[in-house]
Formats: sequence, structure tokens, C-alpha cells
Amino acid sequence: MSEKITHLKELESEAIFVLREVAAQFERPVLLFSGGKDSIVMAHLAYKAFYPATIPFPFLHIDTGHNFEETIRFRDELVARLGVRLIVGSVQESIDTGRVVEETGYNASRNKLQTVTLLDTLEKYKFDAALGGARRDEEKARAKERFFSHRDEFGQWDPKNQRPELWNIFNGKKQQGEHFRVFPLSNWTEMDVWQYILQEHIALPSLYFTHERDVFERDGIWLAYYPFMKLKPEEKVVRKRVRCRTIGDITCTGVTVSEANTLEDIIDEIAASRVTERGGRSDDKRSEASMEDRKKAGYF
Amino acid sequence: MELLRFTTAGSVDDGKSTLIGRLLYDSKSIFEDQLEAVKAASERLGNEAVNLALLTDGLRAEREQGITIDVAYRYFATPKRKFIIADTPGHIEYTRNMVTGASTADAAIILVDARHGILEQTKRHSYIASLLRLDYVIVAINKMDLVDFSQEVYDNICREYAAIAEKLDLRQVYYIPISALDGDNVVNRSERTPWYGGETLLHLLETLPLKAGVDELPMRLPVQYVIRPQSAAFPDYRAYAGRLASGRLSVGDKVTILPSLTRSEVTAIDEAATSLTEATAPQSVAVSLADDVDVSRGCMIVKTGEEPRTDSNLTLLLCWLNHKPLAPGVKYIVRHTTDEVIGLVKAVDYKVNINTLEQEYDDTTVRMNDIAHVRLKTAKPLNFDLYADNRTTGSLVIIDAATFETVGAGMIVAD
Repeated sequence: MSEKITHLKELESEAIFVLREVAAQFERPVLLFSGGKDSIVMAHLAYKAFYPATIPFPFLHIDTGHNFEETIRFRDELVARLGVRLIVGSVQESIDTGRVVEETGYNASRNKLQTVTLLDTLEKYKFDAALGGARRDEEKARAKERFFSHRDEFGQWDPKNQRPELWNIFNGKKQQGEHFRVFPLSNWTEMDVWQYILQEHIALPSLYFTHERDVFERDGIWLAYYPFMKLKPEEKVVRKRVRCRTIGDITCTGVTVSEANTLEDIIDEIAASRVTERGGRSDDKRSEASMEDRKKAGYF
Repeated sequence: MELLRFTTAGSVDDGKSTLIGRLLYDSKSIFEDQLEAVKAASERLGNEAVNLALLTDGLRAEREQGITIDVAYRYFATPKRKFIIADTPGHIEYTRNMVTGASTADAAIILVDARHGILEQTKRHSYIASLLRLDYVIVAINKMDLVDFSQEVYDNICREYAAIAEKLDLRQVYYIPISALDGDNVVNRSERTPWYGGETLLHLLETLPLKAGVDELPMRLPVQYVIRPQSAAFPDYRAYAGRLASGRLSVGDKVTILPSLTRSEVTAIDEAATSLTEATAPQSVAVSLADDVDVSRGCMIVKTGEEPRTDSNLTLLLCWLNHKPLAPGVKYIVRHTTDEVIGLVKAVDYKVNINTLEQEYDDTTVRMNDIAHVRLKTAKPLNFDLYADNRTTGSLVIIDAATFETVGAGMIVAD
């Protein structure tokens, strides 16, 4: 008997299969790179899928102008190491040219504005497939998303009119002006992503690990403080040891108070956080249940 | 840790949503915000306990809004295995969704309401599990709490189902008496079924042998992409990238390339920067050959002496997926593994009534959700195996040449 194929191996193989299908079926694919862990994993998989050749498509970063500087530094180092071309779509430019209007108020965020910049950039470069790191476990609507997700000429997703996807046969045929979003990580969960990062020794921005930062609390969520952010009178900036669970635009990236310093710590923390989801809010309960969950999770 | 993919079919009344909710809940795969939302909704609806069915409520909201009900994929893991559930609605108009969900699954859970026994839809789900050649069928006899955990009820249903399983040639069937609502025999063994000596549902899912025999099948490597860096560091590197559909491949193996029938020998199997001596399905690899042969996307690499069938006339069991009925004699695009050809349906022999399992010869218009026995003619020969022998090289999809929609799913059968 040969060695058993682990779940990570199977997910990796599936994602590489999808990446290669994209390179074969489309004329102008692009990989959407946000600087977050999922897109870093995507970059790693693309590197593996085409090695020793260079990744045969560019990366596209939609820059809100409100990125952590670590993200940008990490991004630039990564594309240099991989030898891929980086295209940056600028939300600031979309604002300056009047394509979008900047939100105002306390919760102003450029997160929503990104869509316009993204679609404009896809159209400008005539990209016909945009590879994204979205996962089906992230939310209910995504549970029904295809690997190859068809978009009409307005870039819209019509959930009523999705193509059936059977076996591992992916149909990327399209009419002029239409494009596809492709999600190689569809079947991965947050835990799979972290376990894979650990297994493959994938480098991550330091933001994912514990560090000291100026933060403030809003609606029960800790946010990183930057001078362009408008504070409410009752909000106080404090210094805490935190880490990011996800990385996106600064205005909507909540940080977690955490001492997790290694990938093992992070995996432990995520395994434990699953219990709090179930076990109520009191801290004693949480720690007791997290212990139980760690034991149940076994190998961590 | 390994991966098991299974499908669940059933209507809301069967307790399918409750069962999935139970598996997610008891395996602690539910996040706080999700549970809070379900708790609030349960209270709003006047449920005493948390209504786990609400965890999969996306489907119900969809129905209320009149959106097509679709396959939803859900994930959970135990320390032993990771699971992917393809959750499909079970009504007859959703045959295409059941087929889609089953196409990637290793096992099917078929829910039977203990009060109602085997229904038409039980047969329908079982037929689809058989059609798609799933390795395992688990008959979960649910709502045992409503029949006082009666062994007699359970035995009768098992006996009745065994006759169906035999007729459908189902490979391996398991029966479990459960109450998804209360959790009996789902994760924890029930004290209310002392007469039941089998395993709990979760334990069974954790221990079913995986991908039974796929690595023992003849090796098939459909070529996806040719890797040619043409760089200073790798001036002459050339490898054929693909995912092993079945079998194993070793360095030194004598291989034949289809359709050219050229022969060569494997000199390297690469997984990115790692060189392997052997690879097993379903690994994605890049294979180098001893000779400078003509290989491109759509070719298939097989071991010499283990060649598949080659023909441009194929017999299919075809599930139709589109509102527009099948047009015999009209050219469609046929996609088979990484190969693509033009093809047309020459004849429709009969349709399968998936409720009675009888063959219908009178009306041979193939409409959405129909399953038909058809003859396909392709512009050039395909290299294939029968679906019964190989689910990857024995399956194909049919694409409308004008709209490019995926309109049919075909399983290649013997004449």
C-alpha cells in the first residue's frame, strides 16, 4: 500500500489542478492578491503548479490606500521573489477621477469602493479570469459558489444562472466581454489554510503574529488606530499586544488581543476559538471548554 | 488526516437540515455568530431548544425568494477526518443538483423517515447514488424517537431497502437508526436502541475506507498543461502537468501517449521542486519523458499494456441539466477529462423513470432533470474507460455550442 493522501495533500492537488486549468483555458488570467494569508497561499500554490516555470499570469492588488505598510512591503518582496508582474488598481485614483465617492463618518471605509476599481482594472487589462482566494466556509452565500464562477459583461454574479459543475470538469467558455472568477481554495477551511501554511513553511507578514499596536474598541471589535481615522468621543486609543486574524483594509480589519507568536500558537488559538462559538461567553467557561477542544483536536 | 466527501439527499421533512446541523454542532464546527443567529431565530420561532435545522437555513431563504435551490457545500472536521458535505435538495425537480452533488462524493447519506418508510424519493436518491457509482450508501433511518425506537420498524425498513439495493447494484450499504433531533446514534451511541449493534453515523463516516481501490486502477494521466520554462536555469526542461485520475505512476514506467500511441518512458515525476519516485491518484504532478514526443493538453498518458478504450461512438447515461431540451443531431461541445471535441446525440434509446426505475420508450424528448440512455457520436475518437470502472475517465459534460452553458452530464456505459 502506498502512503495515504492527507486532506491537505488532496486540497493542494485540487487547487493546483484548478490553477492549471485556468492557465490552459483562459487567455488573460490574473491572480487577485490582497496581501492576506489566503492570497499568499494562492501565490504559493501557483508557484508549485508551474514550477520551474514562472507563474504564467500577473498579480493584481486593489490598493485602498489604507493598507498596513507591512502588507505592501511583504507584497513587493513576494512578487520580486516569484518574478511575477504586479498590477496595482488604486481606489484613490477611482476617487480622484470621480468613479466613486469617498464615504464619510465614523465608519467610513474604502472596502466597498474596491469593487469599482476592481471591475475597472479587469476591463482595462481585458482579464478574462480573476483567481481569488475565497472559501466556501466563509459565509452562507459562498457555500453555493462554483470553482469557475461565471460573471456577465457587467461583472455581476447571477446565482440563479450558475453553471452546474460536475466531477472535476470545469467549463470556462464565455462570450465576448464576460469573465470568470475562479476559486481554487473553495473547499478549504480557515483551519486548512493555517495547517497548510505550517506544513509548507509559508512566510507571512508579521501582522499575523503578536505585536504591540495602538488600538481602540468599537462595537466590541478592536481596530488598529491610524491618524486618518475618526474617533468617537468615548473611544480611547490604547496600546495592546494584538495580532490580525485576517488582513484587509485598515478600516475594517479587526485585530485580536493575542500572545500568539508562532503558527502553532495561532492554530491552537483558532481551535480554541471554535469552542467559544459554542460554549457561551464567560471567561472561565471559555478556558475550560478550550482545553477540552484542544484535547479533542488532538494533534495540535 | 484524510478527506471524505459525502452527499446528503432528502427533503426538509426528512430532517436532513437537522442532521447536518447536528453533525456541525457536535463536531464544534459552528462559529459563535452563527450559533447566536440560530438561537435568536429559534426563540423568534418559539422553539424550546436551539433549532439546528436553522443552521442550513440559506436554502429556505432561497426558496422564499424564489431562487433556484442549489448545491451547498459544508465543511466539518473531527480529529480523524475532514469532511465535505454536498448538501442537495431532494425533490424531483432537483435531480440535476443531486447528480452534481453526488459527482464528487465518495458516499451518500439517504434519509428515511421511520414513520413513512421507503418512499418514492428514497428510490430516487438511491438510483442517483447508484448511477454516479458512489462507494457507499448510508441509510439513516431518522425520527426513531417518533416510533418509540422500535426495532421492528427499523428491521422492516432495512429489509425493504435491501431489495432496492440489490436491484440497483449498490456497492456497500449501511443502516443506522437515528434521531437527528435528539442526537441518537449520530455522534453518540444511543441508550434507546440497545438492540442496535452497529456504529454511530459519525464513527462510520470516520472509518469508511477511502477512495476504495482508485490507486489500484490502471494509471490515467490526462495532460492539462505543458511546463516549459525556457529559462537560463532550466533551458531544456519540459514536463506534462496533470492530476492522476487513477492508479500510480513510477519513474521508469513504460508509457503510451494517446491519441498518438507513441511510446516512451517516465524519467521524472515532479511535485514543484520535489522529485518523486512514485505518485498516486489524486496527486497533481509534472511528468517528464525519455523521448521528445508530441504531447499537449487533451492527450492522456497511460501505462503501456493498460490502454483504455478508443471510440467515437459512445453510449451514455445522460442527465440533462438545462431548461432547453436536448436537440438530437445538433452539434454540442463535449468535454472529457482535459480533452474537448464536437459531438452530437444520434439517438435517444429510452429515458429512465427515476421513481419507478422503469425504462420509458414513448416520450424520448430529454428535458431538464431527465436521465436518458443515448448514443453519442464525436468528431474524433475519445480515449475513455467505462464510468463503472473509472469515474474520471468515464465521465463527460456536454456544453451548448451557442450559449456555452453546461447542459448535460454523461456517464459512459457499455453498449
